[in-house]
Amino acid sequence: MVNILDRKKTAAQIVAGARNQEKMSAYELINGIFEDFFELHGDRLSGDDAAIVGGIATLAGKPVTVISTNKGESAQERMLTHFGCPQPSGYRKALRLIKQAEKFGRTVFIFVNTAGAYPGKSAEENGQGEALARNLLEISDVKVPIVSVIYGEGGSGGALALACGDSVWMVENSMYSVLSPEGFAAILWKDSKRADEAAEVMQLTPEKLLAQKVIEGIIPESHSHKRVCRAIKKTIEQEMKELVKLSSDELLMRRYKRFRKF
Amino acid sequence: MQLFNELKTLGQKHIKADKKANERVPSGLWIACPKCHQSLYHKDLGIFQVCPNCEYGFRITARERVAWLVDDFEELDADMKTTDPLNFPDYDKKLEKSRKNTGLNDSILTGIAKIQAEEFALGIMDPNFIMGSMGTVTGEKITRLFEYALEKRLPVVLFTASGGARMQEGILSLMQMAKISAAVKQHSKAGLFYITVLTDPTTGGVTASFAMQGDIILSEPRALIGFAGKRVIEQTIHQKVPNNLQDAETVLERGFIDAIVQRKDLKQKLEWLLGSHTKGGLVDG
Repeated sequence: MVNILDRKKTAAQIVAGARNQEKMSAYELINGIFEDFFELHGDRLSGDDAAIVGGIATLAGKPVTVISTNKGESAQERMLTHFGCPQPSGYRKALRLIKQAEKFGRTVFIFVNTAGAYPGKSAEENGQGEALARNLLEISDVKVPIVSVIYGEGGSGGALALACGDSVWMVENSMYSVLSPEGFAAILWKDSKRADEAAEVMQLTPEKLLAQKVIEGIIPESHSHKRVCRAIKKTIEQEMKELVKLSSDELLMRRYKRFRKF
Repeated sequence: MQLFNELKTLGQKHIKADKKANERVPSGLWIACPKCHQSLYHKDLGIFQVCPNCEYGFRITARERVAWLVDDFEELDADMKTTDPLNFPDYDKKLEKSRKNTGLNDSILTGIAKIQAEEFALGIMDPNFIMGSMGTVTGEKITRLFEYALEKRLPVVLFTASGGARMQEGILSLMQMAKISAAVKQHSKAGLFYITVLTDPTTGGVTASFAMQGDIILSEPRALIGFAGKRVIEQTIHQKVPNNLQDAETVLERGFIDAIVQRKDLKQKLEWLLGSHTKGGLVDG
């Protein structure tokens, strides 16, 4: 196992750390940071995807909307969530909750730990591409602050559709990339076993992404889940404090510029 | 070879429709249609490069398409080139090869076009440029096209063809999806019209962003349209998936596109749709 306290890490070690089975579940994370979490289900169209957990909670005395990808804990839960890969109904549920937050003026917090949008037959039939596209389109214009934290894997479009708001933070052992190092190695060298090498080339670590201004900052991580929750809480409370000061026009202009620079 | 001589003349800022597009196709070759597997004589594909048996539209370059699609075209941002932000191994060689094959500096041709009296902003992705993959230049050109169209109050027509985000530009390719989507939203909020025409293949990050954001979404017959690749799906669910899972016809049946239009009808249908959206609605002008 990778020692996540080790400070000098290779990209491959970060990848292993991001995928570590000891990462918190969505529920542990949410309950560790927020008070009074009240879960809300369903996308009002086709179903309720267990890979996306969402609802209302309290942070610093204020009602907020919380959304997280969920890998599940038991084997059965992991099957149900497709190991944390959301289906179209999951992305639609997320968008529904974000729109609801906009109506009631709540700040939105989204936690991301997914290898990507679920690449299954049913997902294709139910419009995975459309669901992601709609999130990107609509979230660009939602008039409340949206803060995302990548706390494990940030896999491609499936992660971006949950990290396209006002700021994106990453915990120390997390990754964010256009495809998996295995997929990358398979395409580039026709050999998925060279994933470690690929991880170095891909610049998918928090440090490299911070340098490219893809993220706002890095949140320190330790073995103690409590301590990690405290660190995340401190960061996102500060973010909320700053972002709610902006008028909705300022907020949207800032969000447009945030992505326009790439 | 005739191919490159003609492309040079098309590389200018101002392009008049090239009526001789079909003459660029090498003659005297037999090919198999990748969809219905029928053996075809190259000449039978005609100017539109379409299988006479199943109507599948072959993958053509953006410059070939613009030649028969519009009456007038003025190219924008023709010289924009990628900076190779990751210093990616052998990327420059790949780019050079694609530039030669397509006459483009990156995977999309953008500009201001006219069909009859209808003026609009036009983008055509080229499947022959590193599989139509979306890099930083692709994203920047599309974003500028939407911003320009917003300023001039023009509708936008985009032809998509893409294997998805370009891995050689890493996370910056992914960011293009959000950048373009935000520009599409601004254009849409101003009440302006956006049509996408999905061509073979439209997949990955392009499907998951601007391809699926049109007010009206058209597709060419038998085009592959999907998010995940077929092999990835099969490895995920440990089952074979039907060959037609991601055919335009299936996607239409599932309710995700508006209509399938044959290449020979595209010009006229686009003109009609553009006209219908610029002549006003309820209010008598």
